[in-house]
Amino acid sequence: MIHKLGRISIVITLATLLLVFLVLLNLVLGSIHIPLSEIKAILFTGEEVNRIYENIILKTRLPQTIVSLGAGMALGVAGLLMQTLFRNPLAGPSVLGISSGSSLGVAFVMLFTGNILGFTFTSLGAWGDFAVVFSSLIGAALVLALILFISHRIGGTLSVLIIGVMIGYLSSSLVSLLKFYSPEEDVYNYVIWGLGSFSRLATERAMMFGLITVIPSILATFLSKSLNLLALGDRYASNLGLNIKRARFLIIAFSGFLTAIVTSFCGPIIFIGVAVPHLAKLLSKTSNHFYLILNAALLGAATALLCNLLARMPGMEQEMPINSVTAFIGAPVVIWVIWKRRKENRLE
Amino acid sequence: MAGKEILDINKLCIGYGKGKRAKVVHDQLQAKMFTGELVCLLGENGTGKSTLIRTICGFQPALGGEASLMGKDLLQLSEKELSKMAAVVLTDRVIVPNATVEELVGLGRSPYTGTFGILNDEDKDIVHTSIEKCGILHKKKERLSNLSDGEKQKAFIAKALAQDTQIIILDEPTAFLDMPARVEIMQLLRQIASNSGKSVLMSTHDLDLALQMADKLWLLSAEKGLLTGTPEDLLLRNEFQTIFQNKGIEFDNKTGLFRVGYDYNHEIPVKGHGFEYVLLRRAFARNGIKTIRKAEKDTTWLEVCKNVSTSFKYFENGKCVGQEKTIENLLTLTLNNR
Repeated sequence: MIHKLGRISIVITLATLLLVFLVLLNLVLGSIHIPLSEIKAILFTGEEVNRIYENIILKTRLPQTIVSLGAGMALGVAGLLMQTLFRNPLAGPSVLGISSGSSLGVAFVMLFTGNILGFTFTSLGAWGDFAVVFSSLIGAALVLALILFISHRIGGTLSVLIIGVMIGYLSSSLVSLLKFYSPEEDVYNYVIWGLGSFSRLATERAMMFGLITVIPSILATFLSKSLNLLALGDRYASNLGLNIKRARFLIIAFSGFLTAIVTSFCGPIIFIGVAVPHLAKLLSKTSNHFYLILNAALLGAATALLCNLLARMPGMEQEMPINSVTAFIGAPVVIWVIWKRRKENRLE
Repeated sequence: MAGKEILDINKLCIGYGKGKRAKVVHDQLQAKMFTGELVCLLGENGTGKSTLIRTICGFQPALGGEASLMGKDLLQLSEKELSKMAAVVLTDRVIVPNATVEELVGLGRSPYTGTFGILNDEDKDIVHTSIEKCGILHKKKERLSNLSDGEKQKAFIAKALAQDTQIIILDEPTAFLDMPARVEIMQLLRQIASNSGKSVLMSTHDLDLALQMADKLWLLSAEKGLLTGTPEDLLLRNEFQTIFQNKGIEFDNKTGLFRVGYDYNHEIPVKGHGFEYVLLRRAFARNGIKTIRKAEKDTTWLEVCKNVSTSFKYFENGKCVGQEKTIENLLTLTLNNR
């Protein structure tokens, strides 16, 4: 026990240090280099500094950093919950069809409304942004409600998984139909939304976003006992005193909420939710979800920050879309995890 | 031996579905279990063993009748209450990434731990002794994926022990195991029942082991429902014969064990006794030849000779026409001369 606790605390400490380091890097690095002392002055002491620096930090880099951190944390935790609930290493936040629901909501507003009412969506400006977040939340909430209803009525884990995947197909078919009949400009905007971004929120909203992702992610540790039991299978879990239906409902609601929030504000972010839980399990080598959730939260945030950093590497004209970076980081991680398992002769 | 009554099944009706579409597997089941008993549930595949086990464990609702555990209505208990009264070991293949024996057995304490499932010192002691009782203390820190099937089964039995319940219910705990591991698991369960006073109910296909080690047998069959009693009483009442008749299984009154039934198409008299005779009889039975005691009038017979070394003689018309050192050769000789 001492040896194992040692490993877990080492991993969690290292992950925390890595996270702090990446937060700093996200503030320091960019097309303009801003020294640490200046950042300290801007954020904490309030001393008089270069106005340009202050603007860059407060209006661009800080909100981006907060959004990346919150989104990564939420997706990592949501992915872990899904993988344990469905006992499927390929499950992730997107399997429940929640991000598809979001996408459909956004597509509906961006493509359909403009089409019918006879104006391009882009001309709406700030109201458009609000409409996107709102429609995305509505779409995600509707799918989540449907999934929760199904999980409550049918009960089987596999059926929920399959229905989630089917909802994904349905909504993507509706989206492509909407795309087909929409003006080019709106379709372009929709595609850009679909590529995901951590830089859509201004400072105040980013702070809000940070709160509503980080706090529930940490609160997810309250589900750790249920998750530990569910990992044994429904029957063992129920024999150990777990109310399966209630536990499943809570877990789906929790991860659904986290996914819905992130997708609404950042677009459908891929791969972090699938790759990070694997990384967390591999590094901490424990089956206790209390530590796994903490680990997935820290590593998720770190991964998202790393992706954000890479997306706007110094020397590049334009930021890269975040999803191209997450896939680039995430896919090798998953492959590496499988490779490592093969070597250790351990089957999931 | 007769302890307190633990489990009482009264006119229980088990099956699937609800209302008009319900499919009844068995009705009017009747049985009792007492403290310190090891009970083996026997029955062919498809007779409803698992359905009965699952109903008693509360995994599926009963269609009718009563079942009570320590005086409480089993069918009305919540998961929480039941988790402190009955522990299960199932056939479900469980793959928990990274889990060690200690962590698995620790989960057995879940009914008693708080929100985060943290084990206190007492819980840790119970986990330790449970692992010790199952004889896998040296594997305490080992990952489940590195254990043999037998050790894995012991780890799950340790989990059930840690759950600290009056009854442990196991669904075919010896399936998939090799012979020594089967015996070991049965011995372990026997010890648990005898030493700790817990009641153990297990379904199994190991007829021989069940006959030797169980206090009571529950025989489940489509024709006769659930028959209960000590193995010996059931044998005296000839219940096995009726259940297994026409199924190629015979009960050997001499050994008190079951053996495969053969279709004999030939008989041969044999003179001799002892272990060699038993083995010779078995080899011939396998080849469709029934061995009978040599009578005076027989002119053709086999004889087991034990002088310096064992040999088998073949007599025809009262004269020895062949002598062989091995049963294999004797068999060839006999089949050729027939």
